[in-house]
Amino acid sequence: MRRYQEKNNVQKKAYYNDRFWIAPQLPKESVENDKVFSKDLESLKSKFEIKEAYIQRGQMVVYIDARDNKAVLTHLRDELSYNFLSEMSAIDWLAKSNEFEIFYQMLSTSKRKRMRVKCFIKENEAIESVENIYKSANWAEREMYDMMGVKVNNHSYMKRILMPDDWQGHPLRKSYPLHGDEAAQWYEIDKIFGKDYREIIGPENRDAAYVNERDTKHFARIRHEVRYGEEPSKEPTDLMEYQEEDGVFLIKKLKKDESITLKERR
Amino acid sequence: MAQHQVRYLQEGGLPVVLTTADKLLQWGRSNSLWALTYGLACCAIEMMASGASRYDFDRFGTIFRASPRQADLMIVAGTLTKKHAEFIRRLYDQMSEPKWVISMGSCANTGGMFNTYATVQGVDRIIPVDIYLPGCAPRPETLQYAVMMLQKQIRRESAFQKLKPKRLV
Repeated sequence: MRRYQEKNNVQKKAYYNDRFWIAPQLPKESVENDKVFSKDLESLKSKFEIKEAYIQRGQMVVYIDARDNKAVLTHLRDELSYNFLSEMSAIDWLAKSNEFEIFYQMLSTSKRKRMRVKCFIKENEAIESVENIYKSANWAEREMYDMMGVKVNNHSYMKRILMPDDWQGHPLRKSYPLHGDEAAQWYEIDKIFGKDYREIIGPENRDAAYVNERDTKHFARIRHEVRYGEEPSKEPTDLMEYQEEDGVFLIKKLKKDESITLKERR
Repeated sequence: MAQHQVRYLQEGGLPVVLTTADKLLQWGRSNSLWALTYGLACCAIEMMASGASRYDFDRFGTIFRASPRQADLMIVAGTLTKKHAEFIRRLYDQMSEPKWVISMGSCANTGGMFNTYATVQGVDRIIPVDIYLPGCAPRPETLQYAVMMLQKQIRRESAFQKLKPKRLV
C-alpha cells in the first residue's frame, strides 16, 4: 500500500515546481560483471566497433556506428537470439549537438534479456532501413520520419504515417511549437476553403477561458440566452422549458403544478 | 422516478388539434431527426448509450443512420483532428437540406483540452453548428435535452422559408 500523505493543501500547490527539472540518471553498471551480457558484448566487439557499453536497469546499452546498424541488428537476431525489435525511434538533440540519437530496443523472448542499440546521425544524414531484418521497423521508421524528419534509406513505403501527406514540418522536434506553426494553424481552412477564407474565419482561439462581455453576438448572460444573431434579451429566458406554451401537435403540455405524483408504481 | 398521470378523457377530449400545414410539417421534421453516426472519440460512447435501450433515442424519432444522404442531424461526438477536417466537411455537404448540427462535448465545441497542433479548435470553424453541448463527456440525458431543444428550435422555424444565401461556414 502507498504511504499516506496529507492531502489538505494539495489544491494550493503548483503542479510543476521546476520547469527545467531533469530526472536523475540511473546508475550505469559495468558490463563485465554480468554473465549474459558480457558474452553478448564480446561477440559484438569481435565484429563491430563499439563506442560505449554499459548496463542500466538490467538492460545493456550499446553505442555503435550509424553505418553498422543493419549488420549489428542482423548479428543480434541470428547469433544472439534477439528475436524482437520492440521499439525504435529517434531523440532530438539538434539544439545540443545538431544530431539525432536513434535507438533500437531489442528483446529476446527465448533467453529473457533486453538490450538497446543506439547510434547518432547528423540532421541531414539518412539511416539505413532495418525493415528487412525486423518487420516491426516498417511502421516505426515511418513514424520516426513523420514525427522527427529522420530520413530512412531503402524503406519499402516511405510515407507519413500519422500526419496528413501534405503536412508541413515534423511535430515531435523540439523546435516545433506546441500550437503548430503557421501552416498547421491554418491547415484545415486552407485545405477546405482556400487561403481567402482566413480573413473571414479568423485565427484559432487558443484561450479556453475566453469571454468577451461586449460581444453580445457570441456570449450571453446566463439565463438570458437568445438564438444566434438575435438581439440580447432583457427578460430572462426559461431554457428548461422544451415545450411551447400552447403545447405541441398531438402532445399535451405537461403542467408541473397540475401533475400528480404516483405513490407507487403501477 | 415520478410518473405523471395525464387524464386525456376528462380534460378536452382526445389529443387532436387542428393546425396549420406549416406547424404540421415542422412537427414531423422535429420528430424524425435522423442522426448521422459521427462518433470521433469518447463522446461516442455516451452517444451510443443514448441510442441504446436505457435512454432510448427512438422515442424521439432519432434513429442513427450510417449514410449522410439519409440523415438530417449530425452529432459531432468527439475530438476533430485536422487530418479528419476535410471529411467532416464533405459529409456535411452530402447531407440533404434541411440539416442541423449538434456539437457534442468540449473537444467539438472548442478543441477542449487538446490545445495542440493537430486538433481543430472547434468544429464551428468547419461547419455551422446549431447547438453546442458542454461536458466532458456529456451524459446521455444532456444529449437528449439538446435534441429536445433542437426540436423546439425546429418547430419555431418556418417550414417553407427561403434559403438564405449561404456562406460556407
